[in-house]
Amino acid sequence: MSMIEFHDVEKYYGNKFHALKNINLTIDKGEVVTIIGPSGSGKSTLLRTINGLEEITSGQLIVNDMDLADKKTDMNRTRRDVGMVFQHFNLYANKTVLDNITLGPRLVQKMDKDKAEKEAMDLLKMVGLADKSASFPSMLSGGQKQRVAIARSLAMHPKAILFDEPTSALDPEMIGDVLDVMKKIAQQGMTMVVVTHEMGFAKQVGNRIIFMADGTILEDSTDVAGFFDHPKEARAQEFISKIINH
Amino acid sequence: MLSIVSSNWGTLVSAFLVTLECSILGLIGSCVLGTAFALMEISPIKWVNAIGRIYVEVVRNIPLLVITMIFYVVIPKYVLPISGFAAGTIGLTIYTSAFIAETVRAGIEAISTGQMEGARSVGLTYFQAMTHIIFPQAIKVTIPPLGNQFINLVKNSSVLAFVSGFDLMYQGKLIAAATLDTFQTYFIVGIFYLIITMPLSYLMRYLEKRWQTA
Repeated sequence: MSMIEFHDVEKYYGNKFHALKNINLTIDKGEVVTIIGPSGSGKSTLLRTINGLEEITSGQLIVNDMDLADKKTDMNRTRRDVGMVFQHFNLYANKTVLDNITLGPRLVQKMDKDKAEKEAMDLLKMVGLADKSASFPSMLSGGQKQRVAIARSLAMHPKAILFDEPTSALDPEMIGDVLDVMKKIAQQGMTMVVVTHEMGFAKQVGNRIIFMADGTILEDSTDVAGFFDHPKEARAQEFISKIINH
Repeated sequence: MLSIVSSNWGTLVSAFLVTLECSILGLIGSCVLGTAFALMEISPIKWVNAIGRIYVEVVRNIPLLVITMIFYVVIPKYVLPISGFAAGTIGLTIYTSAFIAETVRAGIEAISTGQMEGARSVGLTYFQAMTHIIFPQAIKVTIPPLGNQFINLVKNSSVLAFVSGFDLMYQGKLIAAATLDTFQTYFIVGIFYLIITMPLSYLMRYLEKRWQTA
């Protein structure tokens, strides 16, 4: 069962910059896909198109059986089913942790307050932050913010979650807690697409790896360990060797 | 000076109330109009955006008196008869709305795009994201410059003097002519303006402090 399908997708920024070139990719339900590659390779752009934060220029993009290029598709409906976790968290600065999590369910799914708060507290327990429910985002560390952001996206009961470099803005000692939460979610069978520089996560949790460079997918493998040991493409070899020697 | 005040007390009080009424109506009207045009200025829809920008650019680059005269002279002649007070208040409202639109637009743009993306990513509509996330944050940033606009609005209500609006400035002119004491009369008029602007100024400072800690 496919969750996300790209067919001949092209993306230009303005008339000049060709960000995504002829992308063909199918991601099935329950897959944990990590996307790696040098900066400027189109990883984040690819991820953002899935949530409609970037429009594709041509081709077909089907997410959860809805055609995103079709003007009639209700993007708000699509976004309900596909969560997103950002590099810089994007928690609502004017809301408490609890309200950050319950706002979506209450406004979009019309869930009543008590139920939304009960679910939010369960999620906060799951990410280890039950004691922070009344805090504002500005009072939290980066790692805590990111775990709240993950809880916020889970509160919508999404069918898939996109992670855009979720640990890149974090202090090193905070990264483990966030990755642990992501592992838990993966073990529950969530479809996840993760743009990351955490090769450990890609190896341990990911069951598929995609290597991108210059807006194209150069390698796409379900043999994650094999990819790291013997990348086929020269650019991938160079990238991996740089990261490992780093 | 006291004799000027006591012999013109009724006139001064009614003039004060006219200025106050014009200011309150202008403040409400220009906030509503200004916010609407600010939203148009940031709209992703091109033609809506164009209307917002053209409105702000045209209105804020014409003198207040010219806008007011359009409503005092042109509208009564060709459309419908309106009083000097109405013409002045409408002119003031439109003129101020362009500045408020710019202030509100700047406040909204000061909130990072990540806040909007975060809200949209959980399925909130553009309108919901605006009302629940962007606006409450933007208003805090907007309070200090908005205070300046409000105080300018109260002082600019003196444009009523040019269109027989019976406001403080208009009556001051008449009292000065009758008593031949220009200095003292306008001194008194100035104090009446302060009765409105000083509390307004303190109110804005209070809101600024209160919302910054929240």
